[in-house]
Amino acid sequence: MLSPADLAAIWLTLKLAGVTTVLLLLIGTPVAWWLARTPSWWKGPVGAVVALPIVLPPTVLGFYLLLLMGPEGVVGRLTTAAGIGLLPFSFAGLVVASVIYSMPFVVQPLQNAFEAIGDGPLEAAATLRASPLDAFFSVAVPLARPGFLTATILGFAHTVGEFGIVLMIGGNIPDKTRVVSVQIYDHVEAMEYGQAHWLAGAMVAFSFVVLLALYWLNPTGRRRT
Amino acid sequence: MSIAARFRVDYAGFALDVDLDLPGSGVTALFGRSGCGKTTLLRCMAGLERGTGKLVVNGETWQDTSIFVPTHRRPLGYVFQDARLFAHLDVARNLDYGMRRSAGAVPKVDTAAHNSSKRAGIVELLGLGPLLDRLPQRLSGGEQQRVAIARALLTAPRLLLMDEPLASLDHARKQEFLPWLERLRDELDIPLIYVSHAPDEVARLADHIVVMEAGRVVAQGPLAETLARVDLPIRLGEDAGAVFAATVAERDAEWHLARVEFPGGELWVRDNGTPVGREVRVRILARDVSIANSRHEDVSILNLLPATVLAHAAEDHPSQVLVQLRVGETLLLGRLTRRSAQRLDLAPGREVWVQIKAVALVG
Repeated sequence: MLSPADLAAIWLTLKLAGVTTVLLLLIGTPVAWWLARTPSWWKGPVGAVVALPIVLPPTVLGFYLLLLMGPEGVVGRLTTAAGIGLLPFSFAGLVVASVIYSMPFVVQPLQNAFEAIGDGPLEAAATLRASPLDAFFSVAVPLARPGFLTATILGFAHTVGEFGIVLMIGGNIPDKTRVVSVQIYDHVEAMEYGQAHWLAGAMVAFSFVVLLALYWLNPTGRRRT
Repeated sequence: MSIAARFRVDYAGFALDVDLDLPGSGVTALFGRSGCGKTTLLRCMAGLERGTGKLVVNGETWQDTSIFVPTHRRPLGYVFQDARLFAHLDVARNLDYGMRRSAGAVPKVDTAAHNSSKRAGIVELLGLGPLLDRLPQRLSGGEQQRVAIARALLTAPRLLLMDEPLASLDHARKQEFLPWLERLRDELDIPLIYVSHAPDEVARLADHIVVMEAGRVVAQGPLAETLARVDLPIRLGEDAGAVFAATVAERDAEWHLARVEFPGGELWVRDNGTPVGREVRVRILARDVSIANSRHEDVSILNLLPATVLAHAAEDHPSQVLVQLRVGETLLLGRLTRRSAQRLDLAPGREVWVQIKAVALVG
């Protein structure tokens, strides 16, 4: 059965994925909106940067984040000066890394959903006295609902499934950075296959349910991802 | 009361350059082929397209060198070709969307009560009662357009813009929808600018017409006068013809015909049930008008009228000529071969008889 340490890892994983998903939606929505609507030359480069985590090994990303957030890094100096301390090997550091790592999985479905809406409904809203911000919340967001659903589920699930970047940035500290994937790794290292089975099986079941929900709730979700 | 619109837009391969003074009331048709810039002009007026220029609507400046009022602050209603109802809202909420946001535009009156009675009136006018709880995707094209028009009217606009609202409808839906538009035109107390490439719609609805070609205005003026110009109908081709107002004077039950009177003459037309005394619009296409030097009683044609030749102009095909005629105070156009025109010696000022093969009552 699941040990207290396993349960703590599960709780930490859910907490990390939850916080990350909320932040991702807050940051990813304006980014996706901008990418979907800008005629700017910067659209290409920004889109490519957002998509980088899809192709980069997590270790590459983790390595650079570690340098940036470390005592000598730009971010590290800033956080130290601000009195927050250093981010690596803390829950906050894990959140930052997860947000960057899962960003494309939130931005891309949102961007596709916003692009699918097109100018039409927004122009109509403008002729009906809705300011751009008003039109965004009253027309674009409701019409992009399937995109938000896909983005939320994928962002959450992808964060739950992280391993490499968690190990690089968070290490393996019980209750602080030891998430399920790391816990499984520990079990396997320690030859505790029975324990590993429980957790690994739970992950398989969880992932299956999430993806099933994605297809059921959002039949077009596959094309939007 | 007038609308002054001056716009320049330069796109790759297309330029719009217009300077218009439009009447501040009634229906103005922006007429021209696809791609002539009429939709772009309409979008400029709405602020959806940003051209350089100036727009003053009944004394209010919406655009000038240093002013650009954004679309959502312009008191206008816009009906798009494709209706653009909000798919996530039912008909009632679509109607409320603009109405709620323009509530501040009508101070003094008790807004809530005023709005609900106004809404009821417009719902009634456009026959939307049974549709209120439906979602847009469950409406026909014509129903969607009616909702779109009601939604625009409920924002208390001071200018109504319509971009080919009939273009996406099939013939049957169009016939079903046109009477609604006519009803609306008769009730409307704000200027309506109506983009169309269909001469029959223009003949039916417009009071004033602006003819556009390749981003420029080639003619504008009151409908009857402008349509009867000989230098213009070349651009209308087969649809060249005159439109004027007439009054139903008599209905003949035996032959199912109605007699309509217009300044300077009368015509027999098919009786379509319009009551005596009602004003109607009559449209006579140039190709349905033939000319004779004397009155022929021995022809099948019912409508024979004395007329004076005013002018003629060459047509697209070198064999054809277009003749402008005056019957009393009303202008007509007739198309005939150049050869016939020469044989009949149709010089300006000549008195002739016109034979009219077909007359259409257009609303």
